[in-house]
Amino acid sequence: MAKQNLVVIGNGMVGHKFLEKMVETGSDDWNLITFCEESRVAYDRVNLSTFFAGKTAEDLSLVEPNFYQNNQIQIHIGDKAVRIDRDAKQVISEKGITINYEKLVLATGSFPFVPPIQGKDTQGTFVYRTIEDLEAIGAYAKSCKVGVVVGGGLLGLECANALQNLGLETHVVEFMPRLMPVQVDDAGGILLKQNIEKIGVQVHTSKSTTEIVSENNRVHKMRFADGTELLTDLIVFSAGIRPRDAIARSCGLMVGDRGGIVINENCQTSDADVYAIGECALYQNRIYGLVAPGYTMATVAADHICGHHSQFAGADMSTKLKLLGVDVASFGDAFAKTPGAREITIADAIQGTYKKLVIDQSGKTLLGGILIGEASAYGNLLQLMQNQITLPPHPEDLILPARSGHSTGMGVDSFPDTTQICSCNNVTKAAICEAVQQGATDIGTLKQCTKAGTGCGGCVPLVADLLKSELKKAGIEVKNHLCEHFAFSRQELYHLVRSQKIQTFDQLLQTHGTGRGCEICKPAVASILASAWNDYVLDPPHAGLQDTNDAYLANIQRDGTYSVVPRVPGGELTPDQLIALGQVAKEFGLYTKITGGQRVDLFGARIEQLPLIWKQLIDAGFESGHAYGKALRTVKSCVGSTWCRFGVQDSTSLAIEVELRYRGLRAPHKIKSAVSGCTRECAEAQSKDFGIIATEKGWNLYVCGNGGMKPQHAQLLAADLDKETLIRYIDRFLMFYIRTANRLERTATWFNKLEGGMDYLKQVILEDSLGICAELEAEMAHQVKTYACEWKTTIEDPAKVRRFRHFVNSDDSDPNIVQIEERGQNRPIYEHERQLISLTRN
Amino acid sequence: MHSLSTVKSWLTVCTLDDIAPNTGVCALVEGQQVAIFRVGEDELYAIDNFDPFSNAYVLARGIVGDRGGIPKVASPIYKQNFNLRTGECFDDPSVTVKTFAVQRVDHQVQIGCHE
Ligand code: SRM
Ligand SMILES: Cc1cc2nc3c(=O)[nH]c(=O)nc-3n(C[C@H](O)[C@H](O)[C@H](O)COP(=O)(O)OP(=O)(O)OC[C@H]3O[C@@H](n4cnc5c(N)ncnc54)[C@H](O)[C@@H]3O)c2cc1C
Ligand code: SF4
Ligand code: FES
Repeated sequence: MAKQNLVVIGNGMVGHKFLEKMVETGSDDWNLITFCEESRVAYDRVNLSTFFAGKTAEDLSLVEPNFYQNNQIQIHIGDKAVRIDRDAKQVISEKGITINYEKLVLATGSFPFVPPIQGKDTQGTFVYRTIEDLEAIGAYAKSCKVGVVVGGGLLGLECANALQNLGLETHVVEFMPRLMPVQVDDAGGILLKQNIEKIGVQVHTSKSTTEIVSENNRVHKMRFADGTELLTDLIVFSAGIRPRDAIARSCGLMVGDRGGIVINENCQTSDADVYAIGECALYQNRIYGLVAPGYTMATVAADHICGHHSQFAGADMSTKLKLLGVDVASFGDAFAKTPGAREITIADAIQGTYKKLVIDQSGKTLLGGILIGEASAYGNLLQLMQNQITLPPHPEDLILPARSGHSTGMGVDSFPDTTQICSCNNVTKAAICEAVQQGATDIGTLKQCTKAGTGCGGCVPLVADLLKSELKKAGIEVKNHLCEHFAFSRQELYHLVRSQKIQTFDQLLQTHGTGRGCEICKPAVASILASAWNDYVLDPPHAGLQDTNDAYLANIQRDGTYSVVPRVPGGELTPDQLIALGQVAKEFGLYTKITGGQRVDLFGARIEQLPLIWKQLIDAGFESGHAYGKALRTVKSCVGSTWCRFGVQDSTSLAIEVELRYRGLRAPHKIKSAVSGCTRECAEAQSKDFGIIATEKGWNLYVCGNGGMKPQHAQLLAADLDKETLIRYIDRFLMFYIRTANRLERTATWFNKLEGGMDYLKQVILEDSLGICAELEAEMAHQVKTYACEWKTTIEDPAKVRRFRHFVNSDDSDPNIVQIEERGQNRPIYEHERQLISLTRN
Repeated sequence: MHSLSTVKSWLTVCTLDDIAPNTGVCALVEGQQVAIFRVGEDELYAIDNFDPFSNAYVLARGIVGDRGGIPKVASPIYKQNFNLRTGECFDDPSVTVKTFAVQRVDHQVQIGCHE
C-alpha cells in the first residue's frame, strides 16, 4: 500500500515530540511532512533563558542531528502554513507549496498576549517567546539602563531574571495584587515578593498600565492607572499567552469562546482527520501552557493515528521552578477549593520559606500545596498526591525539616510501581526500576535510556533515590570509585601513592587517572599526599588541589571572609595569650567567640588580612590550629588531678602532649580527641575519634566515637595503659585509619563498616595480626618529625604571601564585604540588610 | 555573555606567572570582579567572580577541574560547579554566571572591555 501523507503544522516542542513518537510507533505507514515557520527546527523553549547565559541555538535544539533526513521526514523550514482546505484535504503554505494530507496535526503553539495599551508598539517593547525575541532584547538592552517586565507570572519572573542578568535595573509590574496569581496564594505571594526584592528586582503589584510614553521614538516611561509613573528604557510584555488558532478558525474548525482549537480525548478536532496538540489545543475548556501536557497530547495523537489506544485525560498543572534563585512550587488544589479541604501552613519569615499543604476532609490524602523558598519536598509530595498515598499521622512532618533520626517513611520505596516519577516525560517508577535492573546503574545512563529527568529536572532527586534503593535491593555493589577521574577507591589511591612514591596530583593523574580532576579527587589526593609525605600544602603543585579552607589556611565564611583559629593545645591558655588574642581581634575588628573545641575563633578576616593577623599571632607564640583542615583538630582536656579533687591523673598535660604530637596530621576526615582526668569524663572523651580517660593504673583508650550529625560513643580499645603504650597504640590506630578509610569518613563511620568490628581492630592494633604495626609507627614518626606550622612557613616567604590578595591587579579589598555591629562586635550583613543600607545611603 | 565582536579594548591585568597552573585569581576590570582561571599550562578562562549561591565574590578561589572534559570550577562556598566556557552551572541549569573575553599576549593576561 502506498504511504499516505501526515502533515504537521508547527515544529515547536510539541510538534517535534509528535514526530519522534511517530518514528517510534509507526512511521512506516506514513509520509511525514512538517511546516516550520521559524528559521530553525524545534528547540527547547522551556530553557530559552539560558540563551542569555551563552547557550547557542544549537545547544537548545531538540532535534538529533540528521533526525529528519534519517527518518525521511520532509521539513519546510521558514515556511508557514497559511490555509487549510478541508474539502480537498490540502495545506497551502506561504511560499506557495500545496500538500495533500490524509491526516493533519496542528501544533501551532501560542503567541504572547500584549495588552492593548497606548504606545505598546513603541521602539523598545518586546515579547519573550522565540530565540529571535531574545536576540532582539539582548541587542537593545545594550543601550538601556532600566527594564520593566509587564506581568508577574511564571514567565514574567523568568524574564525579569534575564533582564537582571543583562545588567538592567529590573522592575516587574503586575496587574493583580500578588505575583504568580495563578499558582500562589496571598501569603505565599507576599513572601515571594520579599524574596525577589532581596535579589534586587523591584516589584510593583496592583498596577495597571495605561500608557507607554516615548521620547525620540523610544520607550521613555510608563503611566499607571493610579497616576504614578515609572521611567524605563525597555519593556517586555509577559501578560499571558493566547493559542494560535487563526488557521483553524479560517477553515471552520471549532474553537473555544476565548480561543483554542477544541479537541476530544484522542486530540481530534471537530474534523476527525485533523488533530491539535500543545498550546494551541483546548481540552475541556482548558489551555495547557506547559510542555508536559503537550507531550502527553503528542503521544496520544500519535497512538491514535497508529491505531493504538491511549487517551488524554487532562493534565496536572503542577510546577516547580527556580525563579530568580527562589524555589517556587505549586501543585494540585493549591487554593483549597475542594469542599472540606484543610490547610497546614508553615511560614518562616527568617528563612524566607512558606509551605502549605492542602489535605482532604479525612486528613488522609494530599490535595495540593505551595512551597516557596525551599521546595525539596516537591517531588515526594507530588507523588503522594497523584497516587493518593495515605498520609502519615502528622502530615506537617512532610514540610518540616526532618526531625532528628525520624523518617516519615514516605520515601520512594513506599510508592506503587505505577507512580509517575517524571511527569515531563511520563516515566513510571516501574520503568525506572526496570532500567536499573537492565544495567542503567548511574544517573546519566538512566536519564538517557528512560528520559526521566531530562525535562525540567525536578524529578532528578527522586530518580537518584530510586536508583540507590534499587541498586541496594539488587545487592549490586555501588562502585567505590573516587570520581570520574579515578577508577580507584581512596584506599587504593593511598596505596598507589605510597608504594609508587607518587609526589604530586599530576603524576597520579597521568599514571592512574583521566581528565583534569575535580573538587572531589583533588582534595582527597591532596590529603593522601599530605598524610604520606607531609609537604607544605600550598607548594605550587599542591595549592590548587586544596579544599576551600585549606587553600587559604582558614575557614571561609558565608560572605567570603575567613575565620582564624590558633591552636590552643589542651585548651590551656595563659592570660598573656588571651590578651594577645584580644589585641589582634581588636586591631583587625574581628568577631571573637569561644568555640566548642576549647579554643578561640576570630571571625571576619579579609583574605589580605590573613598574613598580617598571623604575623602577630605567631609573634605572640601561637601556631596554626588546623580548624580548616581534615586534620587533627583539638584535644580537649579537663583540669584533672592538677586542680580537681577527683582527678586521678594529669589529664591536661597529657592532652597537650597528645595534641602537639598529632598536630597537622592530615586524614580522610577531621580527627578530634579529648583526655579526662577521671571517669566523670568532663572532657567528653567518649565522643571523640580517640579519647583517653584516666584510671588509677594508667589510661583507658577509647576509639571511633563521634559527636556531630550522628553521635556515637567511642569503644574501649585497651585499658590501663602506660603512656608509652598508649601513644604507640594511638599512632597505629590513626595510621591504620588513614590507610583504609574512604574520603570524608570519620573514624566512627569507618569503624561501622569494618568487618570484624572491635575484635578485628584489637587484633590489628594490639596483636599486630597484619604485621604492619612497625610500618604504621614509622609512618607516624615521619609525620611527627616533619611537622611545621603552615602559617609560619607561609608568612616567612613573600612569594607565598602574595596569594593572599583579593585582586591580582589591585590592593583594594572586596567591596562587597560589609559588616555591621551586633552586641558590640562585627558580623557580616544579611542580603536583605544590604538593600536597607543602600536605601539609607541614597 | 561576552562576544568578541563587542570587545572595544583589552586590559592587561597580570602576567601568566601570576596565576599558578590550575588555579584562579580575581581581577578588577572596569569596576567588575572577574575570576580568571589558568587550566593546565595555558588555557585561560574568565567568568564573574560572584557566586550566585552565596552572594559572595569568591569563584576565583574555587577548585578547577573538568566534568566530562568540560573545564569547570567548583564554588568554594557550597560547591556548585560552573562551566568555565559558558558560565553555566552544572548543578542548576537555571543559574549562569557571566563570562568574559580573555586572551594572552606574550606573557600578559588580558580581559576584553566593552567600553
Ligand atoms: C567554631 C565551631 C563552633 C563554635 O562556635 O564553637 C565549629 C564550627 C564549624 N564546624 Fe563544628 N565547630 C566546632 C566544634 C564542633 C564540635 C564540638 C567539639 O569538637 O567538641 C562538633 C561535634 C563533635 C564531633 O565533631 O564529633 C562539631 C561537629 C561538626 C560537624 C559534624 C561532624 C560529624 O562527624 O558529624 C561538621 C561538619 C563536617 O565536618 O563535615 C562541622 C563543621 C564545622 C564548620 C567547619 C562548618 C564549615 O564548613 O564552615 C564550622 C566552621 C568553623 C569556622 O569557620 O571557624 N562541625 N563541631 C567549633 C570549633 C571547634 C574548634 O575549636 O575547632
Ligand atoms: C521563556 C519560556 C519559558 C518556559 N518555561 C516553561 C517551563 O519551565 N515549564 C513548562 O512546562 N513550560 C514552559 N514554557 C512553555 C513551553 O515552552 C510551551 O508549553 C511549549 O513550548 C509548547 O509547545 P508547542 O509545540 O505547543 O508550542 P511552541 O513551542 O510555541 O511551537 C509552536 C511552533 O509552531 C510554529 N507555528 C505556528 N503557526 C504555524 C504555521 N501556521 N505554520 C508553521 N509553523 C507554525 C511556531 O512558530 C512555533 O515554532 C515556557 C515558555 C517560554 C516562552
Ligand atoms: S573528669 Fe574528673 S578530674 Fe576531670 S574535672 Fe571532671 S571530675 Fe575532675
Ligand atoms: S519531571 Fe520534569 S524532568 Fe522529570
